[in-house]
Amino acid sequence: MGVTKLGGATVITDSLDWITKWSQRNSLWPMSFGLACCAIEMISAAAARYDMARFGMEVFRSSPRQADVMIIAGTITKKMAPAVQRLYDQMAEPKWVVAMGACACSGGLFPTYAVVQGADEFLPVDIYIPGCPARPEALIDGLIKLQQKIKRDKVR
Amino acid sequence: MTKETITLNLGPQHPSTHGVLRVLLELDGEIIVDAKPDIGFLHRGLEKLAEYRTYQQILVLTDRLDYLAAMSNNFAYVLAVEKLLEIEVPKRAQYIRVALVELQRIASHLFWLGTHAHDLGAMTPLFYALCEREDIMDIFEAISGGRLTPSFMRFGGLAADADSTFVKNTKKFTDTFSSKVDVYENLLTENPMWLSRTRNVGMMSKEFCINTGISGPMARAAGIEWDLRKSNPYSSYEDFDFAIPTGLQGDVFDCYMMRIREMRESAKIVRQAVDGLPESDGSPIKAKVNKFPAGEIYHSIESPRGELGFYIVSDGGKSPARFRVRPPSFVNLQGVGELMKGRLLSDAVAIIGMIDIVLAEVDR
Amino acid sequence: MTIDTLTEKIGEYIKESDSFRDEVTVTIDRDAIIPVCCILKEDEDCSFDFLSDCCGLDRLPETPRFMVVYNLYSLKYKHRVRIKVPLEESDAEIESLTPLWNAANWLERECFDMFGIRFTGHPDLRRIITPPNMEGHPLKKDFPLEGSDTK
Repeated sequence: MGVTKLGGATVITDSLDWITKWSQRNSLWPMSFGLACCAIEMISAAAARYDMARFGMEVFRSSPRQADVMIIAGTITKKMAPAVQRLYDQMAEPKWVVAMGACACSGGLFPTYAVVQGADEFLPVDIYIPGCPARPEALIDGLIKLQQKIKRDKVR
Repeated sequence: MTKETITLNLGPQHPSTHGVLRVLLELDGEIIVDAKPDIGFLHRGLEKLAEYRTYQQILVLTDRLDYLAAMSNNFAYVLAVEKLLEIEVPKRAQYIRVALVELQRIASHLFWLGTHAHDLGAMTPLFYALCEREDIMDIFEAISGGRLTPSFMRFGGLAADADSTFVKNTKKFTDTFSSKVDVYENLLTENPMWLSRTRNVGMMSKEFCINTGISGPMARAAGIEWDLRKSNPYSSYEDFDFAIPTGLQGDVFDCYMMRIREMRESAKIVRQAVDGLPESDGSPIKAKVNKFPAGEIYHSIESPRGELGFYIVSDGGKSPARFRVRPPSFVNLQGVGELMKGRLLSDAVAIIGMIDIVLAEVDR
Repeated sequence: MTIDTLTEKIGEYIKESDSFRDEVTVTIDRDAIIPVCCILKEDEDCSFDFLSDCCGLDRLPETPRFMVVYNLYSLKYKHRVRIKVPLEESDAEIESLTPLWNAANWLERECFDMFGIRFTGHPDLRRIITPPNMEGHPLKKDFPLEGSDTK
C-alpha cells in the first residue's frame, strides 16, 4: 500500500485486489437461512449483546441474489437439500458458505435416514463452526476467520 | 379477461416462516383462496433414533425438539420416565424444575414476541425482547452449562443442585421483569398499526380449537380455560398461585395478549418458587436408574406451545420400543389453512406468527 | 376415568383393558373404532371431546404387528383414556376419525407416513413429513436407521 500527497490531498494506492477483498470482507451480507436450533443462536448473534453489526454483517438479506454468505445454521434434511442447492445456485458470485453447528458440519446428533451428513456433501464449505448449538461468540469467531480467509485467498 | 388464481410458495426459506415451513398459497390478487402447509423440511428421524439410544441419551435429543423451550422438553420427558419408574422427586428439585421451566416459558415467549413483531414490521421489540432473554440464558448457563440446549433435568431430579447464585440472579430478574413487559406493551398493545394488523385476523372459535386439537395459548385466546398446570398439575404446580388468562375471539391480538400475560404470571411463579425453595433434606438430587419396567405411559405438560406429551412404550430394555412425541406445534399448525382462507396475503404472516411455531417440533 | 366406567359405556367392544400407573387403556377391534369414539365423545359422564394424539406402533416380531393408539382427553372432567386397535400386517387398514375430529387429519397422515397404515375415508392420505418420493415407512422395525439409499 502506498500513501502519497497529491496537490494537498492524501492519496492511498493499492492493488485493486486488496481493495476488492477489503470491501468484500468488511460487508459480508449473510442470507437469512436458519434451519434449526443454530438459527436461534445466529439471531442472538445479530441482536444487541453479541452484535454482528460491528463487523458489517447485520444486514441479513432474505433474497439469495443480494447475499454474499450463506450461513447454514441447522440440520439439512433430505427434503430440504434441493432447496438449499437451489438457493446456493441463485446466489451471485462471489459467495461463501459457512457451516454453523454440528449438523451442518457433519450431520450432528442425527445419523438417520432423513439427514444429510454435512453440508459439504453437496456444497463447497469455506468455514466449519462446530457446536451444538454453536454459541454466538463461536459464530462471530467463524465469521472473522472467514474475513481472514478472504484477505488471504485470491480475490473471487 | 379471465379470472385466474396464482399459486405462490411461501417458504421454505422465508424470513417470516420461522424456520423451514412451506405454505402453498393460491391467490386471487391479494386474497388467499386456499392455503396448504407443507412440512417435513426439518424431519430428522428423531423418534426412530430414540429407539436406538438409551433412555439417558434420549434426554439430549429432547432438547433439540422444541429448541426455544428445551427445559420444557427435558421436563416432559423426565416426568414421563419417572412415571414409568415410579420415582419420587424431592420437593426441592420439583421447585427448581418449576422455576427453570417457567423461566424457559418467559424466554420462549420473549423470542416469539420479538420475531412476531418483526414479521409485522416492528423491529424495536425484537432487540428489547432478546435483551431480557439473554439474562435468562445467563441464568441457564450458570446452572447447567448450556444456553439453548441445557439437558439439565435427570430422572429423579436434576443434574446438579441450585446454589445461592441461582436464587440471587433469578430474584434480580423477576424484580425488574414486570417493568420490562410494560415497555413491550407500551410499544405494541395500543399501537394503531399493531391493532390493525392483528385485531380480527385469524379468529378461532372454541369449537374450532377443540375439533382441531389446538392447545396452549391459542386455545386460551379462543376462550377455552384449559391449562395442564391447573387441570392436571404435576411437579408441585398446585403449590403456586397464578392465573390463567383467556381471550375473547381467538384472533392474533388475543394470542399476543395471552403470551404477554403468561409472561407476567410465569414471573410470579418463578418468584414464588425461589422464595419458597425448600432446604435440601440431604437426599440426592437425582436417582440411580438401572432397570426400566415393561409398560406404556403417556405424560404431558403445558409447554409454551401447548400440550407437549411423551408416549413411551417400554419392553424392559435399555431403549424404548416406541418413543412418541405429541407435538403441540404440529397439531396447532393444522388449522392454519382454514384460518388463512379469505384473508389478505399479509395476514398469512400474522397467522403463522400467532401459532408460535417451532419446526423441529412439527417435523421431529 | 376407571375401567368400570368404561366397561359400563363400551363394554361390548372391549377386548382387553389395562390400568398401569393410573392410566386406563382399552383394546378394541378396528370395526369398533367409530362407534366407540362416538360414545366416548357424546356420553355425559365421559365427555372425551379432545383427540390428543393418534400414533402407530410396530410390535414386530409379535402379531398382530401394528397397533394404532388413540389418546382422548376430556376438557370437562380432565381425564384421559388410551384406545388401542391391533392391525394385521397384511391388512393394515382402519377407518379414519376425521369425521369426528379434524385433529385426526394430520395425525393419521403421519401414522400412514411412518408405518404404512391406511386410513379409509381420510380426505388426503399422503406422506406428510418425509419426502414425497421416499420409499418405505421409516418407523417400521425392519427399516434401517440410516435408511436404504445412499443419498
